[in-house]
Amino acid sequence: MEGKFGEFGGQYVPETLMNAVQELDKAYNHYKNDPEFIKELDDLYKNYAGRPSNLYYAEKMTKDLGGAKIYLKREDLNHTGSHKINNVLGQILLAKKMGKTRVIAETGAGQHGVATATGAALMGMECEIFMGRLDTERQALNVFRMELLGAKVHPVDSGTATLKDAVNEAMREWTKRVDDTLYVLGSVMGPHPFPTIVRDFQKIIGKEIKEQILEREGRLPDAVLACVGGGSNAMGAFYEFIPDESVQLIGCEAAGLGADTPKTAATIATGTKGIFHGMKSLFCQDKYGQIAPVYSISAGLDYPGIGPEHAMLHETGRAQYVPITDDEAVEAFEYLSRTEGIIPAIESSHAVAYAMKMAPKMDKDKIIVINISGRGDKDVAAIARYRGVNIYD
Amino acid sequence: MTRISEAFKNGKAFIAFITGGDPDLETTEKLLYTMSEAGADIIEIGIPFSDPIAEGPVIQAASHRALEAGCTTDKLFDLVKKVRKKIDTPIVFMTYINPVYTYGKDKFMSKCNEVGIDGIIVPDLPYEEKGELAPECDKYGVDLISLIAPTSHERISMIAKEAKGFVYCVSSLGVTGVRTEITTDVGAMTKLVRENTDVPCAIGFGISTPEQAADMAQHADGVIVGSAIVRIVGENGRDSIEPVREYVKSMKAALN
Repeated sequence: MEGKFGEFGGQYVPETLMNAVQELDKAYNHYKNDPEFIKELDDLYKNYAGRPSNLYYAEKMTKDLGGAKIYLKREDLNHTGSHKINNVLGQILLAKKMGKTRVIAETGAGQHGVATATGAALMGMECEIFMGRLDTERQALNVFRMELLGAKVHPVDSGTATLKDAVNEAMREWTKRVDDTLYVLGSVMGPHPFPTIVRDFQKIIGKEIKEQILEREGRLPDAVLACVGGGSNAMGAFYEFIPDESVQLIGCEAAGLGADTPKTAATIATGTKGIFHGMKSLFCQDKYGQIAPVYSISAGLDYPGIGPEHAMLHETGRAQYVPITDDEAVEAFEYLSRTEGIIPAIESSHAVAYAMKMAPKMDKDKIIVINISGRGDKDVAAIARYRGVNIYD
Repeated sequence: MTRISEAFKNGKAFIAFITGGDPDLETTEKLLYTMSEAGADIIEIGIPFSDPIAEGPVIQAASHRALEAGCTTDKLFDLVKKVRKKIDTPIVFMTYINPVYTYGKDKFMSKCNEVGIDGIIVPDLPYEEKGELAPECDKYGVDLISLIAPTSHERISMIAKEAKGFVYCVSSLGVTGVRTEITTDVGAMTKLVRENTDVPCAIGFGISTPEQAADMAQHADGVIVGSAIVRIVGENGRDSIEPVREYVKSMKAALN
């Protein structure tokens, strides 16, 4: 069935939104094959976002770890500093074709919010961003960036005042004003068609990795690693490799203080099946289906669910998901900065951390690709605080 | 004849919503008796959910209070079982799909049947996904109540044709909550419903005053009021019994 990934996915939204999601589905199915649309989006990717992003051989890191060869997919070099721009440019261009004049979005770390505000500024759209109050505090710089780009930022106080609450509020806002507005969802989650649309706009990451690694190494990598919150950068990096069974796909979840503690956001490690935010998938929740107040140092991975296609890849065993703690992620953040002169986002650092565990155990002729989904400038103040240094954002 | 269809035989129906366990289960129990005595024709009990995406601030806050006070689905089943011995008013649950799905769909509906729940309203279960619960609802005789919205347009006839219990007409865009004005052409919505089904039609979202209720009742078989009652409970806590009684009486009186 359309919009289903095995038993996961679906379209569990209030009746008020049904015509809107169906209209989006119809428009997407039309424009994804429209040569004009494809050409415009390609042009934006190339000339505005700066694609293709580099695939960088991390030689020092490789030598230091003493095992598999490590390549970094540099999504952090995209305009706005993360992979989020790939999806946003696609969705806002689509919104424009649909005659919408206003976009709304949720954001966790602020990367999707900044990308949406950027796309909206470029394409002349009104833009409102919903962000958990706690996240506006830990990512204060991004709030100002969004405002600078002309967006209105609404801090969300309900629930845990983090990413899931920002999604709740963005959905509520969409039911209030649906005619002229598109909800630009930032990850491979939510009701159909969002998981498909976002994956399709992100799959360029894996497509480029494949071309670039074939050119450099003449063969496919042995493993592709990416961090997973909702899962958009991972889905984008994995998708092209799903048929290539020799390529191990590894999603790195935010374990917070540990997957065996309540202060975690590791959905695959600790979650159970549920239906929330429009989709059937896996969620951190109690036995009554109350969504758990999850925790991670990374605002972008601090989400109690995971996209439905990831839930399927986990169930079928095609991808593996591993929990990475705050401590491990912070160490990886510092390690990559020191070793390669690349400051990765704290989100992406979760994937770097797993590579640091995995690479030394692998032969030197093996190849790992880590998707560096974003840059870490936004995290510098938070990491300083983590290390007990107080600096201003 | 089910208890729900019976409830629409007594003039225009007044359907009253409270959040279960807000501020505590004892107060909820008293409120159920009180609302029934005061003339509520159907009572909706909201099973509190951590992330109620269709609710405005008033019911969000009530859900939060109830969960903080330790309310659970099992405690509400026990409460309904107890209350059912004393009142015959139809009772429907209002909750989100996740608490039902996670509890176990079969177990949930079987419990509904056992304790005397007549129907269930699930705002995040649209027509296309109702197969998620419909088989279990049918198996245990629990009406799965359909919603239509101001954006439903051509979807109304499809939804109405398969409606059970009553059709819940959402009066306005957005989330639940008191509104000073309802601008949707609800008459046009309910007319389309009636062309497609004999199941009664009730209007909810935004209604708080007797005047609004009387006005909306011209277009439907009943009106649903949630946030206005929940607000009284929020402001008065355990002392909300008498103010809720007066409010329900005034609303029922305005309808007929």
